[in-house]
Amino acid sequence: MGTRTMPAGASLRRQARIHRVWLYAVLVLGAVMLTTPFLWMTTSSLKDEAHIWLYPPQWIPNPLHWQNYTRAMQEHPFHLFFRNTLILVVVGEIATVGSASICGYGFAKFRFPGRELLFGFALATLMLPQIVLLIPQFIIFRYLGWIDTYWPLLVPLFFGGNAFFVFLFRQFFRTIPDELCEAAKMDGCSELGIYGRIVLPLSKPVLTTAVIFTFVGTWNDFMGPLIYINTPAKKTLALGLAHFKGYYGTQWHLLMAASVVVTVPVLIVFFAAQRYFVQGIAFSGLKG
Amino acid sequence: MMLKAGGARRAGPGHSFNRREALWGFVFVSPILLGTVLWFIVPMLAAVYISLTDWTLLRPPTLVGLDNFISLFRDRLVGQSLKVTVIFTVAAVPLNLLVAFATALLLNFSRSRTMYVIRVLYYLPALVPPVANAVLWSWLLNSEYGLINWLLRTMGLPKVLWLQDPDIALSALIVMSLWGFGATMIIFLAGLQGIPPELYEAAKIDGAGSRHRLFRITIPLMTPVIFFNFVINMIASFQVFTAGYLITAGGPNNSTLFYVLHLYRNAFEYLKMGYASAMAWVLFFIILALTLVVFRYFGRDVYYLGS
Repeated sequence: MGTRTMPAGASLRRQARIHRVWLYAVLVLGAVMLTTPFLWMTTSSLKDEAHIWLYPPQWIPNPLHWQNYTRAMQEHPFHLFFRNTLILVVVGEIATVGSASICGYGFAKFRFPGRELLFGFALATLMLPQIVLLIPQFIIFRYLGWIDTYWPLLVPLFFGGNAFFVFLFRQFFRTIPDELCEAAKMDGCSELGIYGRIVLPLSKPVLTTAVIFTFVGTWNDFMGPLIYINTPAKKTLALGLAHFKGYYGTQWHLLMAASVVVTVPVLIVFFAAQRYFVQGIAFSGLKG
Repeated sequence: MMLKAGGARRAGPGHSFNRREALWGFVFVSPILLGTVLWFIVPMLAAVYISLTDWTLLRPPTLVGLDNFISLFRDRLVGQSLKVTVIFTVAAVPLNLLVAFATALLLNFSRSRTMYVIRVLYYLPALVPPVANAVLWSWLLNSEYGLINWLLRTMGLPKVLWLQDPDIALSALIVMSLWGFGATMIIFLAGLQGIPPELYEAAKIDGAGSRHRLFRITIPLMTPVIFFNFVINMIASFQVFTAGYLITAGGPNNSTLFYVLHLYRNAFEYLKMGYASAMAWVLFFIILALTLVVFRYFGRDVYYLGS
């Protein structure tokens, strides 16, 4: 018996090993294909004007032309774009995470008539294609005199930010036991105090997820600034890069340097908080 | 569909509410209630009105009834942009789902450290800001010095005018969109990792082969996730804008004139607010109709574990 199963087991194991080799071969090949554009972007950003047209292209530029980065940043007021984007990111974070967590707390921990209906109503806004709202919102903001200011990009965020984040916070807050809040109330803690001093400190995972998603959303936003911002000095990085492309359409070494500068912060945030990133994405797709 | 999680646990009919608690509840949720009215309901109503007017922003609006909708159906460019958008969606969405699902299956074979690194590499392209992505792909697809034509040249193939040939430009943008399939893949992977391993072990004991396990366990259990990804990708794909705007400017010969790009031009370049608003409503109803059709015909095949 034993002598008969042994070779069968061995051949199975051999087969499994061959499968494994194939699996990794296919996956590594795919990874190489997918990362090549990043490599291309980086090497292009380090070539001088003569080398960028060379055939065959050099993968390791010789000489390394770091000046491209300083030049690209100086051709356009990129320091202003950086500052502007940072302002939008910081204010956007406070507005979105602050108001979405407050609303999520309200939906999670208080009973009031029509709660589920109102919650569903707020969530229904997520289903609406943004494009239908684009023109009326533009006209409303124009009427308010907010064109070429950051108000249209920021003010709506103070109203619950994005219904998706309200949903996210509500789901998380529901897992915090009511007894904890009750006990704090017994001790004379106010409703805002319970939210701020008991619930929020327990909610780091969901806070991190919301902060990351808000960051990426604001950083990457193109259509918003494109429609509302006209003055060059008020532009964001995304908008600045788009115009940079318009002006320096063929100076690919400078354009790639600027693209690297715009891309790297998002990658840094991703690597710093991968776990929350993946959790957040999985959550958005899988609950319910 | 993803939104119905939770549900009413305590607030049943005939339930009496603590007045103080209810008041505080309203205070806490008031921002989003106000926001929904201010930034969704009011604009929606305004959008209905605007779509019935001739409004260039320079003069006050004049009501024109359904004129915008009528001329919209006669606008050759609206037809063209719709065609471009539908072709893009029909090609890019299934391609994206298929590649993402297949890759997720492969990545799910083991949870080793190497696998994790590979997974991260697959996801990275989805993180590139859309504008940087557009700039990068303009360069990759450059007909003279771009990487892709260089690769073709090393293989002895003729160069392709990716962005200059009206028959090819849209395909180039479809390939480009596939680069970001990692976003869909991550959702698939999370779904696959949520399938209880006991199911596979039980099937293995019953002598089920790997193909059997894939078609009888994995795919049926993944239908909610497949369905979710399909709907989300479809809706997003009908609203693509950045690539057409930045890489090809709708050209050559309007071959990449996406619907939203045409809408954007009408609204913010020609300042035809009424007309653009009518276009937005048409898109809205197309997306709504498609979503309903998808729910109607595929929704019932969705299998929920435990229900």
